[in-house]
Amino acid sequence: MMQDGGSLLLIGVGGQGVVLASAIVADTALRAGWDVKQSEVHGMSQRGGVVSSHLRFGRRVHSPLIEAGQADAVVAMEWNEGLRALPYLRRGGPLVINLQRTVPPGACRDRIGGASGYPALALDALVTEVGDVRACDAMEIAARLGSRKAQNSVLLGVLAPLLPFPNAAWLGSLDDHVPRPTVAANEKAFEAGRALEFPAETLAQAALAAARMNGHGGNGRGRPARLEITAAWCKGRACEICVRVCPERCLGINGIDKVRVTRAEACTGCRLCELLCPDFAIVVHEEA
Amino acid sequence: MAASKASASPEPATATSPATSRPLLLSGNEAIARGAREAGVRVATGYPGTPSTEILETLVRLDPGRQVYVEWATNEKVALDVALGAAMGGARALCAMKHVGLNVAADTFMTAAYTGARAGLVIVTADDPGIHSSQNEQDNRLFARFAGVPLLEPADSQEARDFTVEAFDLAERFDVPVLIRTTTRVSHARGVVTPGHLQVAPVLGFERAPGKFVMLPSNARPRHRALLERLEAMTREVEASPLNRIEWRDRALGVVTSGITYHYVREVYPEASVLKLGWTHPLPQGLSCEFAAGVGRLVVVEELEPFLEEQLRALGLAVEGKAWFPRDGELTPETVRHGFERAGCLPASESRPLSSGQTATRPPVLCPGCPHVAPFVALRQLGAVVAGDIGCYTLAATEPLLAMDSTVAMGSSIGMAIGLARSGGATGPVVAAIGDSTFLHAGLPALADAAYNGTRVTVLILDNATTAMTGGQAHPATGTTIRGDAASVVDLPAVCRALGVASVRVVDPYDLAATHLALEQAVASPGVSVVITNRPCVEAPAKVRDHPFHVIAERCTACQACMNLGCPSITWSEGWHEERRKVLIDVGTCTGCTVCAQVCPMEAMVPVPGWSPKR
Repeated sequence: MMQDGGSLLLIGVGGQGVVLASAIVADTALRAGWDVKQSEVHGMSQRGGVVSSHLRFGRRVHSPLIEAGQADAVVAMEWNEGLRALPYLRRGGPLVINLQRTVPPGACRDRIGGASGYPALALDALVTEVGDVRACDAMEIAARLGSRKAQNSVLLGVLAPLLPFPNAAWLGSLDDHVPRPTVAANEKAFEAGRALEFPAETLAQAALAAARMNGHGGNGRGRPARLEITAAWCKGRACEICVRVCPERCLGINGIDKVRVTRAEACTGCRLCELLCPDFAIVVHEEA
Repeated sequence: MAASKASASPEPATATSPATSRPLLLSGNEAIARGAREAGVRVATGYPGTPSTEILETLVRLDPGRQVYVEWATNEKVALDVALGAAMGGARALCAMKHVGLNVAADTFMTAAYTGARAGLVIVTADDPGIHSSQNEQDNRLFARFAGVPLLEPADSQEARDFTVEAFDLAERFDVPVLIRTTTRVSHARGVVTPGHLQVAPVLGFERAPGKFVMLPSNARPRHRALLERLEAMTREVEASPLNRIEWRDRALGVVTSGITYHYVREVYPEASVLKLGWTHPLPQGLSCEFAAGVGRLVVVEELEPFLEEQLRALGLAVEGKAWFPRDGELTPETVRHGFERAGCLPASESRPLSSGQTATRPPVLCPGCPHVAPFVALRQLGAVVAGDIGCYTLAATEPLLAMDSTVAMGSSIGMAIGLARSGGATGPVVAAIGDSTFLHAGLPALADAAYNGTRVTVLILDNATTAMTGGQAHPATGTTIRGDAASVVDLPAVCRALGVASVRVVDPYDLAATHLALEQAVASPGVSVVITNRPCVEAPAKVRDHPFHVIAERCTACQACMNLGCPSITWSEGWHEERRKVLIDVGTCTGCTVCAQVCPMEAMVPVPGWSPKR
């Protein structure tokens, strides 16, 4: 496939090595004699934000950017980011996706409901939507080979058979870009990725990972707790401990210098105020 | 000017090899550095700013023999002054900055157009349409018209290299600084570049020319006339410039375009005739009219302002542009396609992309162990009104820290804090939060103002000993130069005292209580006060990785206090306590800053047992 050129989207989280991985692919294409353009997008943060790289090769490439629905393949270093990139993937195109998950703090904001904003590892649904899903736990495979840091080389190994580049170009590029002492580990990881059998071997692996990762049983409260404040015992601004420790910033001091609830709807019932009040002026009631 | 060619090096082709003809895969910024090096640049200056930063960094890598003087200047105005002085001294000079940097350098820039230089002076402005990492998306092509200098707009890495070489020649032929304008997609996209050979550009030497360089009114008036005459000459020259070309194809539609949008047009509408402009100020009027006469319909595709469109319309041409293409944001192949569809040039496309389903948003966050976190936790607790500034710490304005109330321009925090304090309307103590590099860039005059006028504000200098947001560049308080050489170090507390600040505190931002106390005392002190935090950035120039922490799950009562830090290493675990999610620390990314352990009321966060630092 992609005998006349192609468009690849690589995506992951800042710090996962998207930029290096796409530099390796771009250099491979260059070594194989193609015209190449590559453009990465990353936000303001060094780590933790989304990083994506558009890579296009052909006889003569104009745009460095891929249009929605026009990527011939997507390579995702992280589960959520793989889903995010789906609108770029051409229908029927392969999705190479790592089963690693990096849950951002922003997905953990529903403190009363306890619902995670992070999508479940639902591989069956993904296969139904996309068709050609090449999922693997690259970290686990790389770790088994001795170096977790080589996980992106596993993914490049999965990608390699999809592209019209000779193996020598791949290895030459890989060796030139990874740190010198890690060349052997990365080559091993690359070959391991290349040898993976899709879908049988990796679907089994994905099912295991899903069982492990989706085990978020239990339920959030779904409603705020209620505070009972004995104003007579409260020292107000002279103390203010509860106001300062409340993780939800629910408390304030009122006009007569006593603590009051300012955001009743946000109280998760964590009991820090109750536990830390030196005057036993606050009691948390779980019921409404 | 005459330029002899150095012999080609037979060395292997890498991005840093000095001379080669093997094609290289370079970003636009790397290609500009290469072009400047090939053109014999002697002095290169700039201030870090996305998407321009890699130009000077690459130049350093390309020049291990140190034939070029390269410096990070304290700000863009200083950078341009240095470059102008170098050119006045007869050395080819390059000055690189991001678009908003040219606002800072504008004072010099506008008058440098009058003075011209002796040797070539090339200024690179890297614009950021789409605001990937900036505070606005101003179109700096307008600056070229404003000042009356030639404007070159490369469309890809090859042109970035070629136009840079050409720019030095143009600058010398017309005795005027040349502005090269890139955008994020030119600066940061990589493409194949066939490099050229190193030229030898001898230093011409200084010659006294007060009529040209001393801009007293009596000299400036004739220099303005001289600039207009040079513009007139350029207007003739641009007509025949190979930087502009007509590509005749189907003549029903003619597209005028420049920069990266040329490639988008070629991608989505390969049949259209194109007037591809590389030298866009002064505009090649004759060529434009010739093109317009040869096509049925004339459409301009350009990012941001209708810069070309308005000039073409002023020539009396019937031209369309911003009626179909957005004036804000970055153009992409999609938006260009949609514009052609709206204009009726292309049939409506029926793409039905796959759906992402529900995904977690992943906004930029401060890194694990970032020393900027604790000061903002303290500021929020103090109920401060916080005037912020430009840097990683601007992220303190977002969830969950929510502790910054303004961010406008480099150094604005202190002046705005003074104004907030003087407004009488602030709802809490007024604090300016500014990084070390930004403080040196444009904070010093404002702090002097606060001290001089006796305004009661607290200035929090977040000194992480680097210019972090752009990737960790050196500055005058880091003790190193752009080449990594040892340098003098600005003593920040001493500088603040010397400016007239009596109350100066230095605090460890990994000590939350001490940071809180220092800020509490500072806001309580009369007049201007300064608090300086002194932990280095965890990512640059060196990675800081201390003993990581983990969570003892049995102790965690799921109060979420640690989640209020926004640390990317802390996330929900699979455990619950009283219908709330317990937390866990990703030991692989934890840097051991200890701040979460300080906010945890249950002492659930403890150092990972048995950990030893890697060699």
